[in-house]
Amino acid sequence: MPPPAPRRLPAQPAQRLRAGCRTEPRLRHALLFSVFVVASCGLAYELIAAALSSYVLGDSVTQFSTVIGTYLFAMGVGSWLSRYIERGLAIRFIQIEILVGVIGGFSALILFLVFAHLAGPFRFVLYSLVFITGMLVGLEIPLIMRILRRELAFKEVVSQVLTFDYLGALAVSVAFPLLLAPHLGLMRTAMMFGVFNVLVAFWAIKLFGAHQDAPGIAGGPQEQRVSATLPPRAASFLRWQGGIALVLLFGGFVFADKLTALAEESIYADQIIYAESTPYQRIVVTRWRDDLRLHLNGNLQFSSRDEYRYHDALVHPALATLPGAKRVLILGGGDGLAAREVLRYPQIESITLVDLDRNMTNLFAKAPMLTALNQNALSSAKVKVINQDALVWLEQNPDMFDLILIDFPDPSNFSLGKLYSSAFYRLLEKHLSATGLAVIQATSPYYARKSFWCIVATLEDAGLRTAPYHAYVPSFGEWGYIIAGRGEFAPPVTFPVAPRSFDGASLKTMFAFPPDMSRVPVEVNRLNNQILVRYFEEEWRRVMR
Amino acid sequence: MDRRHFLTALSAPAFAACDFRNGAPEFKGEVLGPSMALGHRLRTNDFPAPSETRNLDIAIIGGGVAGLSAAWHLAKRGVKEFKLFELEDALGGNSRAGQSTVTPYPWGAHYLPLPTKESVHVRQLLADLGVLKSGIDSDTPLYDERAIVHGPQDRLFRNGLWQEGLLPRMVAPKEVEQIKRFEDTIERFKQTRDLFGKKAFAIPSLLASRDLRTASLDATDMRRWLVANGFDSPALHWYVDYGCRDDYGSLSRDTSAWAGLHYFASREGRAQNADPHAVLTWPEGNGFLTRSTGEWLQERVPAAITRNAMCTKLVTGKGFAEIDIYFAKENRSVRYKAKRVLWAAPSFVLAHVWENAPALFRASVESIEMVPWLVANLHLRAPPADSGPAPLAWDNVLYNSNALGYIVATHQTIRTRPGPTVLTYYWPHSGEPPAVARKRLMDTPWSEWIKAILLDLQRPHPNITKSLERIELWRWGHAMPQPSPGFLAAPARAALAALDGSLVFAHSDLSGMSLFEEANYAGVRAATLAARG
Repeated sequence: MPPPAPRRLPAQPAQRLRAGCRTEPRLRHALLFSVFVVASCGLAYELIAAALSSYVLGDSVTQFSTVIGTYLFAMGVGSWLSRYIERGLAIRFIQIEILVGVIGGFSALILFLVFAHLAGPFRFVLYSLVFITGMLVGLEIPLIMRILRRELAFKEVVSQVLTFDYLGALAVSVAFPLLLAPHLGLMRTAMMFGVFNVLVAFWAIKLFGAHQDAPGIAGGPQEQRVSATLPPRAASFLRWQGGIALVLLFGGFVFADKLTALAEESIYADQIIYAESTPYQRIVVTRWRDDLRLHLNGNLQFSSRDEYRYHDALVHPALATLPGAKRVLILGGGDGLAAREVLRYPQIESITLVDLDRNMTNLFAKAPMLTALNQNALSSAKVKVINQDALVWLEQNPDMFDLILIDFPDPSNFSLGKLYSSAFYRLLEKHLSATGLAVIQATSPYYARKSFWCIVATLEDAGLRTAPYHAYVPSFGEWGYIIAGRGEFAPPVTFPVAPRSFDGASLKTMFAFPPDMSRVPVEVNRLNNQILVRYFEEEWRRVMR
Repeated sequence: MDRRHFLTALSAPAFAACDFRNGAPEFKGEVLGPSMALGHRLRTNDFPAPSETRNLDIAIIGGGVAGLSAAWHLAKRGVKEFKLFELEDALGGNSRAGQSTVTPYPWGAHYLPLPTKESVHVRQLLADLGVLKSGIDSDTPLYDERAIVHGPQDRLFRNGLWQEGLLPRMVAPKEVEQIKRFEDTIERFKQTRDLFGKKAFAIPSLLASRDLRTASLDATDMRRWLVANGFDSPALHWYVDYGCRDDYGSLSRDTSAWAGLHYFASREGRAQNADPHAVLTWPEGNGFLTRSTGEWLQERVPAAITRNAMCTKLVTGKGFAEIDIYFAKENRSVRYKAKRVLWAAPSFVLAHVWENAPALFRASVESIEMVPWLVANLHLRAPPADSGPAPLAWDNVLYNSNALGYIVATHQTIRTRPGPTVLTYYWPHSGEPPAVARKRLMDTPWSEWIKAILLDLQRPHPNITKSLERIELWRWGHAMPQPSPGFLAAPARAALAALDGSLVFAHSDLSGMSLFEEANYAGVRAATLAARG
């Protein structure tokens, strides 16, 4: 039931209302509840921004502290700016509420898209968004206090508004890590709070609309008497605005998955032509004009434009010196591109390719666009594909090989680090024929200099002679390889099969390391110390933004 | 909004995961343990009478580390006229292991510190098993790299985060200073030698100095020693407590200070190819060592080992001892008249079966308190996901937990991708009289234990039940003796050491500490006595 019309209030209404406010409890409760919602929404956006930035940029302490700092500062700015809003308090409050809902609601999506699309301005967009939401939320609380001040004593206003403000913060700070982030995800959580904001706006439209004939309520002498009411035209205009915002946010909430996919597509920048989650990894193939790219777990594996440079360097320097080579083993390399290069040598009798992921080798054996790239290497009668863990296979199989190509993922975690350990290379050595060679992809000697030379030192510790070299692959930058064997290796001068990206003379320079990539003192990577993973983490952290 | 209702609503999902009331959990499980029914039959002694009597040079009772070490040492000395009888269907004793389609995993002891120079026989055994590659007499031998614990070795879950290493980090400056001082003290203890050059804290402990100053540490408990020496840091107290529970299953306040310090000061073995604090370990823990020793023996002395064979009665005479062995599979007994019996099973069992044991012997041995342990193996479809920053390690310890945390069985394997795994969760039932703890361990239904274990593990891994396929419990009723204050000078130990006639004691109870090195030493010592004739 609406309370009695204020027009009929006796004289000195302000005093009476300050004493007890019995006439307007509904409006007051509604406003206090909206303080609760506004505070929770504000904190939610802040947490989402901080969580998202720590997610993509790392270093959560810095992210949380700068985001919270910016947000609090922006709230201060908002509070200060609130003095310039002198009339139409209700309209402004509602508009701000809708605006916060839209900006905050879409903040996670915007940040994700910006991160995916554009390299530079992520931080700028992040802090701008945090600043704008913080400022708008900072504007709201003083406005509500001023609206309420006409009904309550000052000490009541301050005590009640701030109580609900902090309660809202508490609710979200508990719910965010326990319920919202794990169950809804960041994007949906943001949209949901956006919806809350807009719903509060609608409620306010209804409340203030109902009291449009209440010019008698006046707080301080400076307040405009009509400031807390809504003219019918303004109310319907606001309803339109709120309605549009609500539709957008609801749509966002419902289609969050589609939007995530869109964002993923943006991360890959190009059109996704194939995507599959296998038990082992997420395989994504993208295409832009004639450029095919393979991504595993979001990491670029090759670009069809320059993969030949990578595989030339992996295969030819070693194989060109092995005219008698008959048996080749490839560990990793389920894309069949290394096999393609090996098959160019007619003396090769068999290639054993061990790659854990059946979906990966099937894809590269069947999909026309991909078999065109690896020239049907995986269907060759000489190629035997084994879908087993490379390590298990090496341990269980006694076979010896003239050439072993190792194309494992970079040593970015402790499980992968073991594949670059002295123990692993000792096992590998047992599978090398008397004059056999192994070639190891060994990350970038430029970006990860210690890591590269650590792999060299580890091979040497396992009793192998090494010949490190590097090649330039535009998609990756300067990339490193190591040829390991029992004897001294001399780079070939002539090639039975001509590589596209180097000849005898230029290959010589690939075995020379300029001062910024030359050997540095490093420890041997043992299973016990796992030092390579530590080097790798430290070095790539410096390179990645 | 009703705040209470609101908070209940919030907290509900966090606890729902461990709520069994709404039906059975989704994973399977079972309870395992040593053959208690068989063991407890000793109390009623209703075994068939021996159907025949045979003669035997040497009988070894028990196929754990001690018995296998004794057999190994006899074989090394060229003595082949012996038989080893093991009560269980598998060798190993406290080093028993299990096997799934994914990986072998331990049911008990799971690591061996790098052996010191005093552990001559441990080093020799490791060399025979191919674990020690070269430099057997050097300060830093070379070990099989696969057997040295892979990095990262350990981490600690404290204040909601995993940190690297077990010594709590992020503690008050005063505590940091104390931890440093404690480490310095331990370093000094490591260097301490008596007049004869014996180490204060050697391992095996029977080679340690009996100097009054160090032996006097046995008069107090480890907690009091800490306090008396000005160590009051809660983090340090937790760490020392953890050490005592890890090795002896008893709290620092129930552990002799000598034993407590021994844990820290005796481990100073080094390796050429490992960090100083590294240990040797295998997916199945020390089960690798007992299995390999068994295989080593099988090659050299075929048919020396009999499983499912229990000694039900022992009578000592002049120059011989008679033992009744009950073969559980055939349900018949055989009496052996042996020149020597090497007793490599726990001393409390000996007190049960030795018919003509001196009364004093029985009384002193029965006073040894045996701590019960609960070990759980959790079979997971995927490694547990967790909150950083320290990634999954071999040993994962929870701060302020009654249990010791868990070991990852697949940690020592090399795989290109992480897959299913087995976590072994250790829970010594310390802090109360062992008899009380043992009764509760046996009487409480498995579902209660599983609930408690999962509640503990859900602190670091809230979603662990989602990937949990199977959980098995192993109840060790009499896992190990408690080295309480005064254990060094206890009459029981003297009584056990004095057995050097037809009955020789060959179990780690000889030193009162259930450690691989102690068991190995006791076994080798007994074998040496027996081989002399």
